[in-house]
Amino acid sequence: MVDIPYEGTRGIPPAEVPDVELYHPRSWWTRYVFSQDAKVIAIQYSLTASAIGLVALVLSWLMRLQLGFPGTFSFIDANQYLQFITMHGMIMVIYLLTALFLGGFGNYLIPLMVGARDMVFPYVNMLSYWVYLLAVLVLASTFFVPGGPTGAGWTLYPPQAILSGTPGQDWGIILMMSSLILFIIGFTMGGLNYVVTVLQARTRGMTLMRLPLTVWGIFTATVMALLAFPALFVASVMLLLDRLLGTSFFMPALVEMGTLSKYGGGSPLLFQHLFWFFGHPEVYIVALPAFGIVSDLISTHARKNIFGYRMMVWAIVAIGALSFIVWAHHMYVSGMFPQFGYFFATTTLIIAIPTAIKVYNWVLTLWRGDIHLRVPMLFALGFIITFVNGGLTGLFLGNVVVDVPLSDTMFVVAHFHMVMGVAPIMVVLGAIYHWYPKVTGRMLNDALGKFHFWVTFLGAYLIFFPMHYLGLLGVPRRYFELGDTTFIPSSAHSLNAFISVVALTVGFSQLVFLFNLAWSLFKGEASGGNPWRATTLEWQTPETPPGHGNWGKELPVVYRWAYDYSVPGAAEDFIPQNQPPRATQHVQGAAS
Amino acid sequence: MSAIILFLAVLAVIAGWWLSQQRLTAKPWLEEGPAGDFPGGDAVSWPAAKVGLGVFLAVASALFVLFISAYSMRMNLMDWRALPVPRLLWLNTGVLVLSSVALHWSYLAARRYDTEGVMIGLLAGGASAVIFLAGQLLAWQQLDAAGYYVTSNPANSFFYLLTAVHGLHLAGGLVALGRTSTKMWRGAEIADMRLSVELCAIYWHFMLLVWLVLLGLLTGWTDDFVNICRQLLS
Repeated sequence: MVDIPYEGTRGIPPAEVPDVELYHPRSWWTRYVFSQDAKVIAIQYSLTASAIGLVALVLSWLMRLQLGFPGTFSFIDANQYLQFITMHGMIMVIYLLTALFLGGFGNYLIPLMVGARDMVFPYVNMLSYWVYLLAVLVLASTFFVPGGPTGAGWTLYPPQAILSGTPGQDWGIILMMSSLILFIIGFTMGGLNYVVTVLQARTRGMTLMRLPLTVWGIFTATVMALLAFPALFVASVMLLLDRLLGTSFFMPALVEMGTLSKYGGGSPLLFQHLFWFFGHPEVYIVALPAFGIVSDLISTHARKNIFGYRMMVWAIVAIGALSFIVWAHHMYVSGMFPQFGYFFATTTLIIAIPTAIKVYNWVLTLWRGDIHLRVPMLFALGFIITFVNGGLTGLFLGNVVVDVPLSDTMFVVAHFHMVMGVAPIMVVLGAIYHWYPKVTGRMLNDALGKFHFWVTFLGAYLIFFPMHYLGLLGVPRRYFELGDTTFIPSSAHSLNAFISVVALTVGFSQLVFLFNLAWSLFKGEASGGNPWRATTLEWQTPETPPGHGNWGKELPVVYRWAYDYSVPGAAEDFIPQNQPPRATQHVQGAAS
Repeated sequence: MSAIILFLAVLAVIAGWWLSQQRLTAKPWLEEGPAGDFPGGDAVSWPAAKVGLGVFLAVASALFVLFISAYSMRMNLMDWRALPVPRLLWLNTGVLVLSSVALHWSYLAARRYDTEGVMIGLLAGGASAVIFLAGQLLAWQQLDAAGYYVTSNPANSFFYLLTAVHGLHLAGGLVALGRTSTKMWRGAEIADMRLSVELCAIYWHFMLLVWLVLLGLLTGWTDDFVNICRQLLS
């Protein structure tokens, strides 16, 4: 074993960016509030999304109280229950998950990971956040308007969404549509930034195939969102016009409260097509960033290069493309032309192939890795298991004949909570534990983190596994109370009570996490710049937390891919992306 | 939904072509060293703002194509009564063509470093765009006076909706055009303004294209065209 210096290539001079190109804040206001720095915007996005997400969490407690103990809580009536369901779903899917993954993690990680000083259009990026905040405020305001928020269900299907009898018919639905339209405008501003930054602002040496998978995931998800959200925009505008002006884009002729309504001839099915043309890609808009982030967490904490990097990239792109031609698997029972179902069932099953490739690659990355069961890794492992579980029931529901009897039962609720509720949240939490040291310079408390993980992970299974069984029994979703029904045994009611107790417990355990976030900010152990000994560029910044402009005077130059962990013969078990080859010590014969 | 699927297929071909230039089959774990050693994978040589506009145009196109998808699905239902397109629209179309030509002229002038030409082009383009928007409002008024209200038929609703969405996009473009013109007016160097003028011109050509497609749709020509294609295929 002889160490020989690697004599390959001389380092190329770093790319310097003239100072004038950067925007410089001049006051406290422009530094922390109306900031154009992507890192500050990321934190603003994350805090806003988490705040409104906590509202949605409380709504889920109220729903569970009603479902577990019907008739006990007089402050929840049937209308409110429908309003809670609607707001919980809409907030969690769009205002929390989409905003957190793309606006939060996207803003923080893209410029750092590709070696840029900031997003390419910082002003537009700032506008994006403020329009998003406005959308959230408009949404939250529906709790205080006469009639309260809309209770149409998060899918907002016409005709019921805008008819009297549905709660929130006065103001709730109008403000909901307005809020969605604002969200989409705000997102488009941010999305342009994420895409163009990845395309144009990569530092020298950062080829596409050297990008960390986190960036690939966020990039592809953003492209999808930019193309899918317009469908929701179109649907929202047209439904808003149906409600406000009385047009009949979606509204058929019907009798409302005993009188013939002003509507006629419209097609509710048209709305469903538009909604799900957005709605299905939305699942992957949330999932792809999670896929990317989890790949990086696993590779870092298993000290092993990601298995099949190329295949992972191709799978991300393939999933992104395929997800646009599966939307009608949400509509098997909608009354659309029945033979469409076979086409969409086929495409739905095909999308399982690239998804399964990703799962195999994660598992093979773990195989014979040097696995450190630190909190981010625990959450990453939790994600893989949960995603597989949720994905398998997706195969059930993707088939027309199985879906038809299971439609509108708790089985569907259990399925989508596993696959796009619990699984992405696992990644969000894991990612927070992973990158918190970079954002604040301090570690989160490990013991509290482990407690948080186990309660959340086991709790999620205690909540959603029994829910599959309830669905198989035929317990319908969206029902305020079940009453005396012959096909629902009394054991189902006690199971419901059990689920509610666990849900409240898991919900309250999140307070431990919030405490950890706040406490560690001041009292946490100092982390240093690279506590996980990771390779990607964000861990190589001269300052932690990274200063304005990220990189000091010179931009980093990238010499290698993002996954040089445990390279045989290297001095350390990781080689940062910006380390020139000649500085690496190789053992003869081991490097090839 | 066939319109949007077709549109996405076109985008997928473009994205696929671009990705094929990016060496996605490279084995990055074997390629240690500066990127210069390995061909491909550089950023596009266009300025970021131009790429940004390109991405935005793709998003805006998706929006319009989705409206068109909804239009084509809704028009097959029973209650659809096509409305007579006001003659004024032809005049408006002419004005919008002029607007686009003027901005292109401005762009060509910018390439020649002809400040006066740029100014004249920008002003003429902006003014004719404003005239176009006023003409569209006038067309609305004529329809309204003739009893074609927004709610009386889905064809009417779509007419008002599509023209409004197009008009709003053009109005947004006018904001950018206004900023560019103001900077020129204040004596900015033409070398600094070339890109802005070019982006305005691109956006105007795009809005003209969208308008021509919408006009084809509203007058029913697209319908005839699709029918002819169907007959040829079957």
